[in-house]
Amino acid sequence: MSAVVDEHDHDHHADDHHDHGPAKGLLRWIITTNHKDIGTLYLLFALTMFFVGGSMAMVIRAELFEPGLQFVDPAFFNSMTTMHALVMVFGAVMPAFVGLANWQIPLMIGATDMALPRMNNMSFWMLVAGVLLLASTLFMEGGAPNGGWTLYPPLVLQPITVGKALPFAIFSVHLLGISSIMGAINIIATIFNMRAPAMKLMDMPLFVWTWLITAFLLIAVMPVFAGAVTMLLTDKFFHTSFFNAAGGGDPVLYEHIFWFFGHPEVYIMILPTFGVASTIIPVFARKPLFGYASMVWATASIAFLSFIVWAHHMFTVGMPIAGELYFMYATMIIAVPTGVKVFNWTATMWKGAMTFETPMLFSISFVVLFTLGGFTGLMMSIAPSDFQYHDTYFIVAHFHYTLVPASIFILMAAGYFWLPKWTGHMYNEKIGQLHFWLSVISVNILFFPQHFLGLAGMPRRIPDYAVQFADWNMISSIGGFIFGASQLLFLYIVIDTIRGGTGEKVSDEVWEDAAKHGLEWTLPSPTPYHTWTTPPTIVPTEHVLDSH
Amino acid sequence: MKDSISKKNLKLARTLLVVAITMFGFGYALVPIYDVLCEWKWIERDRPDDIKKVPEVAYTVDVNREITVEFLTVLNESTPMIFRTETKQLKVHPGQYYTVNFYAENKTNKEMKARAIASFSPALISQYFEKIECFCFSEQTFKAKEAKTMPMRFVINPEIPAQYKTITLSYTFFDNTERSVNN
Ligand code: HEM
Ligand SMILES: [Cu+2]
Repeated sequence: MSAVVDEHDHDHHADDHHDHGPAKGLLRWIITTNHKDIGTLYLLFALTMFFVGGSMAMVIRAELFEPGLQFVDPAFFNSMTTMHALVMVFGAVMPAFVGLANWQIPLMIGATDMALPRMNNMSFWMLVAGVLLLASTLFMEGGAPNGGWTLYPPLVLQPITVGKALPFAIFSVHLLGISSIMGAINIIATIFNMRAPAMKLMDMPLFVWTWLITAFLLIAVMPVFAGAVTMLLTDKFFHTSFFNAAGGGDPVLYEHIFWFFGHPEVYIMILPTFGVASTIIPVFARKPLFGYASMVWATASIAFLSFIVWAHHMFTVGMPIAGELYFMYATMIIAVPTGVKVFNWTATMWKGAMTFETPMLFSISFVVLFTLGGFTGLMMSIAPSDFQYHDTYFIVAHFHYTLVPASIFILMAAGYFWLPKWTGHMYNEKIGQLHFWLSVISVNILFFPQHFLGLAGMPRRIPDYAVQFADWNMISSIGGFIFGASQLLFLYIVIDTIRGGTGEKVSDEVWEDAAKHGLEWTLPSPTPYHTWTTPPTIVPTEHVLDSH
Repeated sequence: MKDSISKKNLKLARTLLVVAITMFGFGYALVPIYDVLCEWKWIERDRPDDIKKVPEVAYTVDVNREITVEFLTVLNESTPMIFRTETKQLKVHPGQYYTVNFYAENKTNKEMKARAIASFSPALISQYFEKIECFCFSEQTFKAKEAKTMPMRFVINPEIPAQYKTITLSYTFFDNTERSVNN
């Protein structure tokens, strides 16, 4: 037998079903410990939440279509902004990347499965429990939390903003936190202990590297967030005074603790994005990734820097000048490793024999539009300017550029890129391209005008606005509706591909010469239920060519 | 071989779990760390506790300068009190002492402990605003339905930089009955 066998196989080695295929029936999906099954569960769950959170965004854009109050009352509107953010961050983007990690990391490093398969199953179901608990607050007296996803006190502690929902939202954050920490531990253990002996750390594909670093970020900051919300809970119900000014506490303290988590959190959503982009671009440029080693170092330094810049979210709280200057320069420094990455992606494409299949189209637009989001970030890192941008639609535009045409686009790209491998079926390229063009045009109609609104002074998180903001809001809403509707195409493609797609038989490599770039393309398509029972002895080094 | 891999996995998982639990503790450790950093004025300019009682000293009054001081009174959430100031606005000379009266009343039939927290705008001037007497220095006890007129005596240090022409001082009363440590 092989050198790397998980404990699961060991327990059931007499059971044929476990060795050669999945258990039958629905129970398979509940008790499964197979990394591919769990990856599928994560991805489908994330896709569902993407549409749930997306519907909330549609409510927001419908209300903002015109000035005045049209469809929803202000408290519900604020619940929508709060829940949209929480659902998208903790229910869609993060689980989607965990799903990709589950599917791809063992395939890419030549491991049979994740290191701790039973814990893997547990972390998925805990995620479901956490998100259901969060969603249940929508139906509670007083409605879902509506003080913003950052849960700032004293606002979030006031009866008018929480109703009965606060403790449920907080327990939900605990569950989601425990789930991501378990996921992160599993990923680290898999990468360190389960790698095929032939694969050195500096041979690992960048997706694996970026996830390794992300997993450390998760373990470092999710517990801090759990602590912050626990303090909120005890302030509210047990009369502690962490954030209560009258008892000697300070609400600004919450902001510091929250953003100590919150800033690394935004990198938790973007680093795996970088990893996928670095995987896809070389395949379609038919060149090795430019500057592999510098990519690894850039990722590590972005992760390190993310711990020491948090107060750029709170330039206006009244910091001393020295503090403002420190956080301003520290934030600006992040642009350096980020610039290295953008340079490397561009250099990878430079003089490449490029083709423009859907995954590549999404990846190229990621490079362009993420850079735009980085630029607005740089503008906001200038402390005196940020007094103008802070809490306006400018920042809404900034982080949506770094999240939607970046993280979300790359998740779409990953879907198009790996679905043929996983299912053995080709997706419909025409519909894929249609999905791309509709998305990339509408995402800009949706978010670009929000820069103008913000610069003109429109505050974020309001259901009604002054009439001078009417035109751009209407345009933004129209973009939003087109973007939302276009995503149904993606849903269609996913279902269609699983059911057989174009009917065209895909090769093991799927994409031309892909096997030069990653181990997963040397496996059969569709990927068998069990893979790498004998670890690979040769690992592709095309992607690391530059550094060897 | 199999066993050694799963042992290695469990060991690593345990180590990482310890890291996670430590980071949970670190979240709490940020509370005292924050207090220290505030004291050193690294990340916070001023906090309610910084506004301390100072002795009355004689400054030379700068009669050529006039600064407008505005007083605001706020009740936190639904604190069951009446709270107002007898003077809404005052033109003052740096170096001269003034007394302003605030009126507060407990609307309930129960004893109440309440604490007023001050906040300045612009925040930077708090170091020049010296209070000799204030109801905000400590928690106040109100008997059922009790009303009090409370004086606040202050001086603006003549060293205050020239650009400051208007100062807003806001007091928020918090109902502290349930979390008071002086029960
Ligand atoms: C070059 C890199 C970046 C810089 C310099 C930067 C800078 C900033 C600054 C200064 C703010 C605070 C603005 C304010 O509140 O006034 C901010 C907010 C934000 N950024 Fe970035 N950013 C960068 C990249 C990213 C990335 C990659 C993401 C996510 C993937 C991201 C997500 C966010 C989010 C979600 C917020 C708003 C949080 C909130 O208040 O709700 N940023 N950014
Ligand atoms: Cu940040």
